[in-house]
Amino acid sequence: MRGRPNLYTSYEDEQKILPTVTQRVTMGAFLLATVTVPFSVVPGLRFLGTPGWLQILNVMLVFLVAALGLNILIGFAGQVSLGHAFFMAVGAYTAAVLAGSPTQALWGLELPLWFALPIAGLAAAAVGIVVAPTAVRVRGLYLAIVTLGLVFIGAHIFRNWNQVTGVPELGRDWGPLQLALWDIDGPALRFDKDGDWFGVFVSAEGKTFLFMLVVAVGFVVLSKNLARSRLGRSFAAIRDRDIAAEVMGVSEVKAKTQAFAISSFYAGVGGALYATVVGALQPEIWNLFLSVEFVAIILIGGAGTTAGVVLGAIFVQTLPRIVENTTAFLEVQVETQGWFAPIADLIIRTDGADLGIVSTVNNGPGLSVAQANGLLFGLFIVLFLIFEPLGLYGVWLRIRNYWKGWPFTY
Amino acid sequence: MTAVAPQAETEGHLVEFDSVKLSFKGVVAVNQVSFHVDSGELFSIIGPNGAGKTSIFNCLSGLYKPQEGDIRWRGESILKLKPFQIAELGMGRTFQNIELFEHMTVLENLMTGRHIRMKGGVLANLVFAGKTKTEEIENRAKVEDIIDFLEIERWRKFPVGMMPYGMQKRVELGRALAMEPDLLLLDEPVAGMNLEETEDMARFILDIREELGITMILVEHDMALVMDIADRVMVLDFGQKIADGTPAEVQKNPDVIRAYLGEEFASDDLKEVERELEGDAIEAAEGS
Ligand SMILES: Nc1ncnc2c1ncn2[C@@H]1O[C@H](COP(=O)(O)OP(=O)(O)O)[C@@H](O)[C@H]1O
Ligand SMILES: [Mg+2]
Repeated sequence: MRGRPNLYTSYEDEQKILPTVTQRVTMGAFLLATVTVPFSVVPGLRFLGTPGWLQILNVMLVFLVAALGLNILIGFAGQVSLGHAFFMAVGAYTAAVLAGSPTQALWGLELPLWFALPIAGLAAAAVGIVVAPTAVRVRGLYLAIVTLGLVFIGAHIFRNWNQVTGVPELGRDWGPLQLALWDIDGPALRFDKDGDWFGVFVSAEGKTFLFMLVVAVGFVVLSKNLARSRLGRSFAAIRDRDIAAEVMGVSEVKAKTQAFAISSFYAGVGGALYATVVGALQPEIWNLFLSVEFVAIILIGGAGTTAGVVLGAIFVQTLPRIVENTTAFLEVQVETQGWFAPIADLIIRTDGADLGIVSTVNNGPGLSVAQANGLLFGLFIVLFLIFEPLGLYGVWLRIRNYWKGWPFTY
Repeated sequence: MTAVAPQAETEGHLVEFDSVKLSFKGVVAVNQVSFHVDSGELFSIIGPNGAGKTSIFNCLSGLYKPQEGDIRWRGESILKLKPFQIAELGMGRTFQNIELFEHMTVLENLMTGRHIRMKGGVLANLVFAGKTKTEEIENRAKVEDIIDFLEIERWRKFPVGMMPYGMQKRVELGRALAMEPDLLLLDEPVAGMNLEETEDMARFILDIREELGITMILVEHDMALVMDIADRVMVLDFGQKIADGTPAEVQKNPDVIRAYLGEEFASDDLKEVERELEGDAIEAAEGS
């Protein structure tokens, strides 16, 4: 078997998520390297162990969970939704009320997180089930517009339901990331405080990272399972040919409802984790831009593939970092008249008289750094849609196939 | 409709089409058509383009809802059922214009055909625990039998959208077979195929009947094929049934010849046309 990597001796071997030994070893090594990130042991990856980077990675993992959910809806079932931010908010506020601390103005039941998190997912799934029948009536872009409506309805509710969401523009705190058995003061596995684990110091961010890693891997596996079983196939059938799917015995209503429910469950848990990892969130953040960010992850990564979503989440979460660092670098170049100063001058604008496109001063003319970010997202989405519909996953496939055939490339 | 068919007549009929009328904004696609198919039969519907053959299939699979008449499955009306419920009863079909799930592989397409024969729900599939695992393996084995039967082993992992037309037609037949249907509707299975592909398909249809014992309704344009393999034939023209009977009976019917070849042939050239048709039939028989 080792000599012929594509020869399977049983259907059981073939249905595995990682069918070959090489794949299992590679994935094992990758996971091992990831687990050691908070401890800064792998050369070249040490910088990721700093609290600043860990926090970025944590948010990346949260986004991964939510994006996997949207991928089930868009990539597997072909239902374009712009309402993902809304479902995330439903999960986030369910968790806030269940696990958060009460004040005079806020509701909070201080229940443990292990309880609040799944309920957050289920609450979002329930809302998803309510919305699903609409997807049977309206299709394609119309569905995108209808689900966009959810975001606006949500914005209104979250702005006004202050016992749940907190004050506008300030928001509220979420319960801490800890797995207390029942009583918050009782024995707990805390992920929100620095401290020793088995004699090894781990920062709060590091602990959060490990927790998030376990959750994210879990959700990746669930998504993979879906893709290789009856349900996942019924979603794809509805996506490719809804009429033929019905004639093959797949109920369109049922499949779409299931897709919305599962996708919203992911969104709900993702939303609850987002709020918990970040600590506090304003009610305004569950907006269209957040939804679009998830669509970007899926399109850039490659709709329909779980691996693509992972790549997309990494890309979309690191792009702002890259843009930020690049502008900072270019700014320094301009100021110090370094080697890249001529190019830097063209790109950034440090004062009103300058020519650059991106403005680094507040409220300066031209684009802000954030706008430049948005523009780049848009650009990448368009480029991938035109040149590589399979997204980053497709790029990776090309590279792999290139090396597979090497040196006999054709 | 109101007149209840005598019990003896209803009994044994797998499917009954009872005075069905279907129209689209003035266009009468199916006009008062009645027929029935018994278990084990290979029933064929022929007629020129636009005669209403595909519309009849769409009524049977629940995609179109006729304005008049009734459609019964083992004696019970299926007019109110959704297409997926009719599929669950045991009706499988292929389409005139291929309707495969083009982003899926051959295997996945065929496994989707197994949908009604599998049980796995949301939780079981997400966790992919023991039950789902065994179910997947068992159904995979069934699908492999079909892959063997249709001789498409080497296409197994191919995305169907990238396969040649003739092969896609074969996969679509496979997907319908994977449902293990009691009744199989084939809508022009050899349309657009070359001679070799047509002969292969004819062989598969005969094998399905002989080895798998599946009842079939075959819609075809290709008279020769139908005359060769069908037990009974119904001829449609402009939504109306103009003849039915054994292939030999239908071939002699002047209305049929008129519908197929135009008014001028009807009287004088009848004998010649008949010979031509028989010749075709013999050709096809020799081919298979
Ligand atoms: N969905 C539809 N909408 C409007 N007219 C239709 C529709 N389906 C079929 N027809 C009409 O019904 C008639 C029969 O079509 P069809 O059943 O496809 O014929 P066949 O399969 O025998 O070629 C044609 O005149 C066709 O234009
Ligand atoms: Mg037709």
